[in-house]
Amino acid sequence: MAPLHSTAKHGLKIVVIGGFGVGKTTLVRSVSEIRPLDTEATMTDVGAGIDDATGVPGKSTTTVAFDFGRITLDDEHVLYLFGAPGQQRFWFLWDRLFTGALGAIVLVDQRRIADSWYAIDRLEHQGTPFVVACNDFGDAHEPQEVRDALDLDPAVPLLMCDARSRESSKQVLIALVEHLYSAVPQGETV
Amino acid sequence: MSRSVRDEDPDRFYTLTGGRAPATEDFDLVTLVVSESAPSAGMTSEQVAILDMCRAPTAVVEIAAELRLPVGVATVLLGDLLHAGKITVRPPLSVAMSLDASTLEKVLVGLRKL
Repeated sequence: MAPLHSTAKHGLKIVVIGGFGVGKTTLVRSVSEIRPLDTEATMTDVGAGIDDATGVPGKSTTTVAFDFGRITLDDEHVLYLFGAPGQQRFWFLWDRLFTGALGAIVLVDQRRIADSWYAIDRLEHQGTPFVVACNDFGDAHEPQEVRDALDLDPAVPLLMCDARSRESSKQVLIALVEHLYSAVPQGETV
Repeated sequence: MSRSVRDEDPDRFYTLTGGRAPATEDFDLVTLVVSESAPSAGMTSEQVAILDMCRAPTAVVEIAAELRLPVGVATVLLGDLLHAGKITVRPPLSVAMSLDASTLEKVLVGLRKL
């Protein structure tokens, strides 16, 4: 693992959340400067054999562990991306992941939109800023259809992406930070 | 690919921590840890590994992943090193602290350079 600059001072967090098999790890990998590593927050042994892989071809297991990647922004700022499972039973992980996070990216599989309802509901309730990114699995719906299906607040940005593409994933991150930026009065502290 | 944390023997975690609870108040996942001294005699292999790794700033979550320890277990070990003055920590920037427009601008500049 490549070491950080000795001047690195400020760690920042963004959480990528989404249903099983939606491409969280793919998105993290496409922009991370380190190979995504996985770890886990607790020793609770859950997950194996529980996840419903129906409708997600080619994926038969899941990791309870969350994975993460890293982006060195400049000499002092380092951004960590965390992929977190969106299913309700994994919320025990979230407190730790979201404490102090800049915001969240909800990654949506348009074939399984209902998987995202719980995560979006939770984020809205806890007041965590987020954007929604639809990972393109080749059968794209109209953005408006997705927005309607998610009953998304008009103020929440929604964009299409290809999580395998570094450029596309980068645009999703930028969309989130611009969304955060637009909410901060210039020259003031949040 | 590294082994999963879940494959490890829970006894190892108990031995390492003495059964103590995670030191979550001192360590966020992205708290950067920096070594302040070289490993010395009597340290566990995990403590030595942490001090080696943290010669450059290293996030708590990276330390846990490298050592294949659950984050909670890693924070217990880090807490011991912190209280012994062997490491220092650089707490994360967060919304609760001073996240302002100029910080977000720096984040945007960094992301656009990707």
